Amino acid sequence: MLVNRKLILAHFWLAFGVFGVALTLGAWQMFIRSPIGTWLSNPELYYRSLTAHGTVMGYVFPTLVAMGFGYAIAESALEQRLVGVRWAWTGFWLIVVGSVMAVIPIALGRASVLYTFYPPLIGNLFYYLGVVLVVVGSWIWVALMSINLRVWRKAHPGAPVPLAMFANVAGSYLWAWTAVGAALELLLQIIPVAAGLKNTIDAGLARIFFSWTLHAIVYFWLMPTYIAYYTIVPRAIGGRVYSDAMARISFILFLVVAMPIGMHHTFADPQVGAGFKFIHSAFTALVALPTLLTVFTICASVEIAARLRGGRGMFGWIRALPWDNPMMLALAFSFVMLGFGGAGGLINMSYQLDTTIHNTQWITGHFHLIFGGAIVIMYFAIAYDLWPHLTGRELVDIRLIRTQLWLWFIGMIVTTFPWHWVGILGMPRRMAYFDFSDPAIAPQALSVTFSVIGGFILLASGIMFIIILARGMRAPQADAGAYRFALAVHQPTTVPVALNTHALWVALMIALTITNYGYPILNLATAAGTSVPAVYVGAQ
Amino acid sequence: MSAEDTHGSSVEVAARVERRWTAIAVIIIVAMALLAAFAGIHQATMPQPRVETTDPSRLHLSGEFVESNLGSMLEANGNVTVRAIGQQYSFTPACIVVPVDTPITLRATSADVVHGILIQGTNVNTMLVPGYISEQLMRFTRTGDYLMPCQEFCSFGHEGMWGKVKVVDKTNFANRAKAGGRLSCVGQ
Ligand code: HEM
Ligand SMILES: [Cu+2]
Ligand SMILES: [Cu+2]
Repeated sequence: MLVNRKLILAHFWLAFGVFGVALTLGAWQMFIRSPIGTWLSNPELYYRSLTAHGTVMGYVFPTLVAMGFGYAIAESALEQRLVGVRWAWTGFWLIVVGSVMAVIPIALGRASVLYTFYPPLIGNLFYYLGVVLVVVGSWIWVALMSINLRVWRKAHPGAPVPLAMFANVAGSYLWAWTAVGAALELLLQIIPVAAGLKNTIDAGLARIFFSWTLHAIVYFWLMPTYIAYYTIVPRAIGGRVYSDAMARISFILFLVVAMPIGMHHTFADPQVGAGFKFIHSAFTALVALPTLLTVFTICASVEIAARLRGGRGMFGWIRALPWDNPMMLALAFSFVMLGFGGAGGLINMSYQLDTTIHNTQWITGHFHLIFGGAIVIMYFAIAYDLWPHLTGRELVDIRLIRTQLWLWFIGMIVTTFPWHWVGILGMPRRMAYFDFSDPAIAPQALSVTFSVIGGFILLASGIMFIIILARGMRAPQADAGAYRFALAVHQPTTVPVALNTHALWVALMIALTITNYGYPILNLATAAGTSVPAVYVGAQ
Repeated sequence: MSAEDTHGSSVEVAARVERRWTAIAVIIIVAMALLAAFAGIHQATMPQPRVETTDPSRLHLSGEFVESNLGSMLEANGNVTVRAIGQQYSFTPACIVVPVDTPITLRATSADVVHGILIQGTNVNTMLVPGYISEQLMRFTRTGDYLMPCQEFCSFGHEGMWGKVKVVDKTNFANRAKAGGRLSCVGQ
C-alpha cells in the first residue's frame, strides 16, 4: 500500500541525483591523481572535489536512500498510511537546504576539510551547519519510523512486527544514536570555533567523538542492503526466508555491537591508551557474527528458491537459480564483494595488521569495495524493485539493467583490487598528486592506471542506472500490484517480546557505548592543556 | 508418515543446521580474538600504552621537541631514540637517519594540525595529533632509503609532505654519532 509515492520518489531522485554528481567527481579524482592525468596545476581543487565526494557519498546519499526506503517499508510492510507526512517533507527539505548550504563553501574552497573534518583544521561555518541540518532532517525520519510502528502496534496488539519494519526501525535507532558522536563534536567543539567564539580545540577528543559515529554509520549504510537481502531477494527469486528469528537476531546484534567498537579507527592515535583499543578490537570481532549469520540465512533462503525450481544435488541447485533475474545477479555480486571486503576488514580490525595499511590507499580501496560495491549495488536493486510500484509504470529495460549491474561489479573489482595493492605498497591516501617519476613510487603507476579504467566503467554504469530510472518514469503505465516482502519458511504467528521490540536492545546499545566510551571521553574532556590553536582553511 | 510429521522433522533439521552454523561462526570469532590477544601479548605488538601530552604552540621554546633536540640520538644502552615533528607541510628532520638491526623508539608530535607518519615498506605507521605525543617502537632489518609520507590530510599542501628515512649500517651510524648531538640526513 504505497500511498506517499511522491515523497519516496523525491528521496530516491535526490539521492541518485547527488550520487551521479559525486560519482563523476570520484572518477575525476581517480583520473587526475593518476599517471595519465598530471595536468592539475592547482592541487587545491582536488580537495574541494574530495570533500564534496566524501560528504555526499558518506552522508547525503545513503541517508536519503535509507529514508526513502524506510518510508516505503513503513507503508507497505505495515499496510497503513504513513503518519506524519508533513514532517517527512520537512525532513526532506532540511536535507535539501543543508546540502546546498554545505556545498557552497566547499565549491568556494572554504571548507576543504574532507568529510571527516578532523580539527584543528577548521572550515567555513556554513559547511558544518549544512551537515547538521542533514542530520536533523534524518532524525525526523527516525522519529517518524518509531511513531509509525507505535501506531501499528496499537492497532495490532501483540502481533509480530513485520521483519522489514523491525529491521528498518532497528537501523533508524542505530543511526540516531551513532550520529550523536559527530553531533557532539560539531556542536560542542567545532561550531563554536568555526563561528569565531573560541580559537582552540581538543583535536584528540574530537577524533574520539568522531570514531563514535564512524563505525556504526557503516552499519547504517548497510541496513537497506541487509533489509533487501532478507525481505526482498527471497521474494524476488521465488524463495522463502530460511529463518525469521535468525533475521531478527542479526539486526538486534547490529544494533547492540556496532556501536561500542568505533575506536578501532584510532588504533594509531596517541590520545587513547592500549587498554581501550584492545577492548574495542575485541568487540569488533563480535560484529562479524551478524554478518556470518546473514550469509548463512541468505544462502539457505536462496537454496530454497533453487530447490523449489527443481534444483538438485549438493551444489547443482546453484544452476537452477534465476540468473537472468536482476535481483539474483545483484545479490550474487553483492555477496562476492562482501566476501572480499570482509576478508580485508578482518585485516583492518586487528591492530597488528592495521599498522601496515592504516591510512593508505588500501583503506579507500576497502570501503569502496564494501560500501560502493556490496552495499550500493543493492541500493540499485532496491530502486529497480520498487520503481514500478512508485511510478505505476513497468521497467522494461531488463537487459540494460543486467548490463548495468555487471558493469558495476566489474568496474568495482577493476578499481578496488589494484587500489588495495598500492595501499600495501604504502601509498598514502587523500593526496592530490603523486610523483610517479620517483623510482620508489613508479611501481605503483600501473596499478593506479587500472583503477582509473575501473573508475570510468563505474561512471558508465552509474549513468546507465540513472537513464534506466528516468526511462522508467515514461514507460507505459502498468499496475504492479501491492508491494510485498518475502515470507519466511515458517511465517511467525507469535514472536517472543525480545525479538519483537527494540527497547531492551536500545538500552543495551546505550549502556555499552557508555562503558566503552565514557571513561576515555571523560578523561580527555577533563585533561588540562590539550586544546590547541585552530587552523582555519583558506586563511593561509 | 503423516504430513504433520515431515513438517515437524524438517523444522528440527533446519534448527539444527542453523545452530551448527552459529556455533561455527562463534568459534571463528573467538579464535580470531584469541589470535589477536596472543600476538598482542606474546609478541608485544601492542599500540602505544600511555597517553602523553604536549603544548604545540610552545614546542619550539622548550622541552623535548625544541629544534636542537630533533633527530636521532644514540642512547647509552645502544638503542636509538628519534624525535620528530610534523607541520604543514614537512617533517623535521625531513630525513631521518637510523642504524639497521637496532631497537629504535620514535617519538613525534605535530606543531599544527593532524598529520601522520608512515614509513613505506614497514609497519611503522602512526598519527600525529597536536597536543599529544606519539611513540612507536621500530627496527629495520634492511639498509637503504625509505619514503615517509604524511598519511593524513593536513590541508592544501598535504600531497607535498614527504620525508625520508635512511637506514645505514651500525658502524656508519656509530661514526656519525661520535660528534654527539642529534643526527639527521637532511641535505645528504
Ligand atoms: C566512479 C566511482 C568512484 C571513484 C572512481 C571514486 C574515487 C574516489 C577517490 C579517488 C577518492 C579519494 C581517495 C583518496 O584521495 O585517498 C574517493 C574517496 C571516497 N569515496 Fe569514492 N569513488 C567512486 C565511487 C564511490 C562510491 C559509489 C562511494 C560510496 C557510495 C564512494 C565513497 C567515497 C568516500 C566516502 C570517500 C572518502 C572521502 C575522503 O577520504 O575524505 N565513492 N573516491
Ligand atoms: Cu569501523
Ligand atoms: Cu601532513
